[in-house]
Amino acid sequence: MHLIACPWCGPRDEAEFSYGGEAHILRPEQPDALDDAAFANYLFMRGNPKGVHAERWVHTVGCRRWFNALRSTVTHEITAIYPMGTPRPDRAP
Amino acid sequence: MKYSLLGLIKGAGNHHKDWPAAWRQPEPKPAYDVVIIGGGGHGLATAYFLAKEHGVTNVAVVEKGWIGGGNTGRNTTIVRSNYLWDESAHLYEKSLKLWEGLSQELNFNTMFSQRGVMNLAHNLHDLRELNRRVSAIRLNGIDSEFLTTEQVKAFCPIINTAPTIRYPVLGASLQRRGGTARHDAVAWGFARAADRLGVDILQNCEVTGIRREGIRVTGVETTRGFIGARKIGSVAAGHSSVIAAMAGLRLPIESHPLQALVSEPVKPVLDTVVMSGAVHVYVSQSDKGELVIGAGIDAYNSYAQRGTLQVIEEQMAALIELFPMFSRMRLMRQWAGIVDVCPDASPIMARTPVEGFYINCGWGTGGFKATPGSGWVFAHTIAQDRPHELNAAFTLERFSSGALIDEHGAAAVAH
Repeated sequence: MHLIACPWCGPRDEAEFSYGGEAHILRPEQPDALDDAAFANYLFMRGNPKGVHAERWVHTVGCRRWFNALRSTVTHEITAIYPMGTPRPDRAP
Repeated sequence: MKYSLLGLIKGAGNHHKDWPAAWRQPEPKPAYDVVIIGGGGHGLATAYFLAKEHGVTNVAVVEKGWIGGGNTGRNTTIVRSNYLWDESAHLYEKSLKLWEGLSQELNFNTMFSQRGVMNLAHNLHDLRELNRRVSAIRLNGIDSEFLTTEQVKAFCPIINTAPTIRYPVLGASLQRRGGTARHDAVAWGFARAADRLGVDILQNCEVTGIRREGIRVTGVETTRGFIGARKIGSVAAGHSSVIAAMAGLRLPIESHPLQALVSEPVKPVLDTVVMSGAVHVYVSQSDKGELVIGAGIDAYNSYAQRGTLQVIEEQMAALIELFPMFSRMRLMRQWAGIVDVCPDASPIMARTPVEGFYINCGWGTGGFKATPGSGWVFAHTIAQDRPHELNAAFTLERFSSGALIDEHGAAAVAH
């Protein structure tokens, strides 16, 4: 069970949130210019790290706003919460 | 030694004190023809079939913990082959056919019990989809039948089929050849049989790196030292991305916790497997009498082998609506395994761009049923350096070609 600190609503139970998967995957500016392998890399391939994971969450039953988090996939500890569209905070992996 | 009734009787005369170990505990050799990473059911089956079907006996299975201690020992032991698409149907049916003779083949009782697997429909769409699937499965020569609500009640009398419940049971599909098996016995049986053919099973031997020369693998770095290998097969389930990264590959896989739980043991009450994708639960009763209950994955990525309570609350609510008589049962144990979820809910069993490195992963929540079939085709892929026709479609390249095998509907629950 996670206790997630929504930037707008404060710490709330995980049950209120939905998971949005890996963060910082940008849609290619010119998808037509990509070959199949490069598009597959964007669409399907994931880092899936064992350790710190930058990921997206949305406070579904609260303010319904999105944000990014750094969370350990081993301990489930959340070490940073930051706005979408900003770079990943500089933390040791 | 071969296990037999006579042996059992002889053993009884000596209070069963002289049974030899079922497999050796060898020291790693400097190098092997094939190293299999992961001593779960799939990895051990791969090693067994490499030795038995392809004569490749200079094989090691390296396992970071003890064999069968990962997802092989954490699943809900359901075996079935009711898959929609031809590629999957043939693959899982091959596996089911191997299950049917597995105890004899391995000389080890896998307690395979063909008690039937029933998938419930709770709304009009479910009904149409189930009918479509039953027809597709039958066209592939696999047993499948449709049951009306009355037939469901007759087949499994303890299900609540009242029309007044929130998601009434409107019908079901039934695969009578489906059922359950004893998960630990599958790992132990394959381990013992592979060991007898000369395969080294190296436990407490975690892979920490993969050594390459150019695009070719040369061996694995482990906690017990470097082990050379001409070919490496990764069968690491939830850790597949971690192993693939050591070889410089990215996979279309994310690791999630999948929780399961068992109740206190009770007398026989449920003699089949009941699954419901709509209300999200599946349940069977083990030979010890425990209800074995499972549902969907936790949404977030994790390697932690634990999940969130709300996922269990939801599946228990579904279970109690379907089986009101279970409402006062106590639960004994709850756990999670880390499953490797693929975007199309189908596995990858294939060569990779790295020469000599083969992957068998992406089984997600449904790998146990495939254990013998997965090992059978993966052994072929490694030994012949090309896939068998049964796994030819299950490549890594399908994610760029677009030839996905969408089997989300064949899973018991949504992912």
